[in-house]
Amino acid sequence: MTEISREKIQEYYHKLLTEAEKAGYHLNPDLDLTLELVKSLLANEERYGYQSCPCRWASGLREEDLDIICPCDYRDADLAEYGRCYCALYVSANATKENLSRPIPERRPSKEERKKKTEKEISHPSSLSLPVWRCQVCGYLCARKEPPDVCPICKASKDRFERFF
Amino acid sequence: MDIKHVEGRNAGKLMLYAISTCPWCRKTKALLNELGVEYSYIDVDLVPEEEEDKITREVERWNDRLSFPTLVIDDEEVIIGFQEERIRQVLKGKKQ
Repeated sequence: MTEISREKIQEYYHKLLTEAEKAGYHLNPDLDLTLELVKSLLANEERYGYQSCPCRWASGLREEDLDIICPCDYRDADLAEYGRCYCALYVSANATKENLSRPIPERRPSKEERKKKTEKEISHPSSLSLPVWRCQVCGYLCARKEPPDVCPICKASKDRFERFF
Repeated sequence: MDIKHVEGRNAGKLMLYAISTCPWCRKTKALLNELGVEYSYIDVDLVPEEEEDKITREVERWNDRLSFPTLVIDDEEVIIGFQEERIRQVLKGKKQ
């Protein structure tokens, strides 16, 4: 893995921590683990050009990995069900030691299932005056011609939005 | 394929599929090192592109979710994720 300076890791950790707390999310209090995950996110940004989940096998193609760019599309569901996200960077406020020490199942659909979903999304019969876009990371909805460049709630990029209606 | 080999006491055939950036995979390696067992591992995200399909099929045989760490013991048992207690227990029962 590429070497990333301690300062850069610390700086990015504090940025993530501030953003998480502001939005009602929590980083894992296990600081050693969290800093390792932050380092891996920065390493993935360097090698792939995007912050792919440290614990998943990235394809190297952004459009194929949009769902696993941190925060991934599966974070909120995993927080609700298991008190932690897949890699355990994010935890829920009431997460127990038990939650954090056991692995959770992979929620990401297989490559074939993901492909099917994309094909299904193409047609959108709608009588609304504007399309409704949904942020696949946090669920934010907005009715406008195009999704915003950045999600105003969770800061996910434009390409993380799906057409909802 | 870039399979790494770690020497140690024989506790059966251990093959670990891992991701180089994953702390849980690293914890699994550290646990196997602590137990002093002989094992092989591969960081799948570091394999050359032309070998990706081959290694994907190999992992999918044991774990169709293609998640990591995937530890295969004696080509018959598989432990998915860093399940510390289970790994300790299974390897304890293996031959010395």
